Amino acid sequence: MDTASRQEIVLKGVAAAPGISCGPAYLYSKLIPRVEEKSITPEEVQGEIGRLHNANARSEKELQKIHAFAEQKLGSQNARIFEAQIMILADTILMGAIENRIARELKNAEFIVTDEITKYKQIMLSAHDEYMHERAHDVDDVMNRIIRNIQDQKLFSKLEGASIIVSETLAPSDTVIFSRNQVLGYATDLGGVTSHAAILARSLKIPAVVGLRTSTKTVKTGDTVAIDGYAGLIVLNPTEETIQTLERKKQRFEEFEGRLVNIAGLTAETLDHKHIELSANIEFDTEIEFSRAQGSAGIGLFRTESQLIGRPSYPTEEEQYQAYRRVAEGVFPHSVIFRTFDVGGDKISPDTEHEANPFLGWRGIRVLLDRPELFLDQLRAILRASTQKNVRIMFPMVSTVQEIRRAREMVSRAQKELDARALPYDPEIKIGIMIEVPAAAILAEQMAGEADFLSIGTNDLIQYLLAVDRDNAAVASLYQQFNPAVLRTIRHIIDAGHKKGVWVGMCGQMAGDPLATVLLVGLGIDELSVIPSVLPEIKKIILSIKYKEAKRVADKALTMSTEQEIREHLSAIIKNKVPEIPFDE
Amino acid sequence: MIERTVTIVNRKGLHTRPAATLVKTAARFQSDLTIRKDNLEINGKSIIGVMTLAAEQGSTLTLQFDGPDEEQACLAMEDLFRRGFDEE
Repeated sequence: MDTASRQEIVLKGVAAAPGISCGPAYLYSKLIPRVEEKSITPEEVQGEIGRLHNANARSEKELQKIHAFAEQKLGSQNARIFEAQIMILADTILMGAIENRIARELKNAEFIVTDEITKYKQIMLSAHDEYMHERAHDVDDVMNRIIRNIQDQKLFSKLEGASIIVSETLAPSDTVIFSRNQVLGYATDLGGVTSHAAILARSLKIPAVVGLRTSTKTVKTGDTVAIDGYAGLIVLNPTEETIQTLERKKQRFEEFEGRLVNIAGLTAETLDHKHIELSANIEFDTEIEFSRAQGSAGIGLFRTESQLIGRPSYPTEEEQYQAYRRVAEGVFPHSVIFRTFDVGGDKISPDTEHEANPFLGWRGIRVLLDRPELFLDQLRAILRASTQKNVRIMFPMVSTVQEIRRAREMVSRAQKELDARALPYDPEIKIGIMIEVPAAAILAEQMAGEADFLSIGTNDLIQYLLAVDRDNAAVASLYQQFNPAVLRTIRHIIDAGHKKGVWVGMCGQMAGDPLATVLLVGLGIDELSVIPSVLPEIKKIILSIKYKEAKRVADKALTMSTEQEIREHLSAIIKNKVPEIPFDE
Repeated sequence: MIERTVTIVNRKGLHTRPAATLVKTAARFQSDLTIRKDNLEINGKSIIGVMTLAAEQGSTLTLQFDGPDEEQACLAMEDLFRRGFDEE
């Protein structure tokens, strides 16, 4: 073996589904069906058209299967993209045109299919509209499927034995097909943890790392690759040492996860019986089942922006109501906090306005208060979903008390409108706000006087507080979760909330960091809302400590003046109190 | 041959579901249906064609019916547009 050229290369991405595995890579390229222009004789026309018919029939069968699977795993709303593809296969005008051209131009079927369908794709791509671009993607998908079936290629026949799939991006349909084969892991250049493929990978329990940027250029089919779905990285040509380290890590995590299964049913409380509401952050109703299995006590943050994905305009009240009702029913008897649309900043919005400084611009509650029709549509939809009294509303990006008052007025207006339509809702619905702007943190007591609960959004709060854009590599190291200023601010918010008799939670990334748990419990946090995958770990920590001790830990942390000291302090505590927590070495 | 101008009234425009309803309705008649929007002309019985029309709420389309039952086809289609494809 030529070892000199097989240097170990580590590629960093984003952890999308937990797990560790190692095996041969399979480079999955979307461009697989290669189409050549070939001439045929008039005698061959019938045979060529026959191949087209067979390919269409096979494609439809495949898509029906994928559709059924997706409906079950992702819900009918998300499965609808496959319906459109099935309809294209049954388009008699399109297929008639293709058959005519084959007979008239005497060319092979796949060439004519490509040429004819590409015309439509080009029209869609020329529209300056996200929604049309996605449709073009669907058209492309179905075209490749037909061509592949004409060429009678079994796309995955090359996938011999278990492999790690490396690709630019994975469509939900790809994930479904791969799941039938032995797949050790998924690694993609693009995508985020919330993409459908990532959700599917988690539900299939296959490790996945996304956002690797260059994996398809670095890795070749057959290369040995190790994938670490906890740390979010892949290792090309791992050394024996790396493999052993990862193997140990895998064992540690699996042992730990095995023990955690038993605690899913337990309530999160400290050894001295201080109860912490431990809930999950999600954005699709398809995640409810997973978060429940992980032992969550409801949904502490439902990001309603998921309703806007891939759409040209805001959804109607009715559409939103259907979606929110599904979530409220799925979560019952626990409750769900719907955060109203937090658009702007780096988050999607159907009306994209260019702003020089979007994080300081038109976003969150500011947008909603300026767009009363939009706001009322959403509020009515949430209220209508609240009849079982397990729904709460939360407003993002609040920076002044007036904003809470105005938003509450809008809720009253929405309620009156529903009264007029004789539609039921929970009249005592709780209304809370996110504390993520430093001004709101400083004014937490006044804010708490106008809200039913506060939830600390650490991602934005820390970046505003420390004046650090964490996506800017030049300053990213200054983004310090355990900066003493952050700790003091959190303590101030919690104390202010308690003074006014409202509960204070946290739904930012910090809530899901095991290093922060003892500190946050000690500071008196009432609720932690975390991504479902870390939930058992956080619960385990809560179950292993005493509130009395946690308070001492927090008090000591508050006397420290650098993040470094605080991290060391917290890390020593956790290693002592919960040694089985498997941190990265 | 009959020609009519229609407006999209449903809020979400001519997305996949209304497009399917439109094509199914057109297929009930023998007459050909040609739809024009801006510089684009497509066959109203083809789903992939209708899908290329980025027709939002408020946009107008020209429908052209040609065939033995063009009048009935025209009535049915105008009615469908008026009802906003029964979307809301």
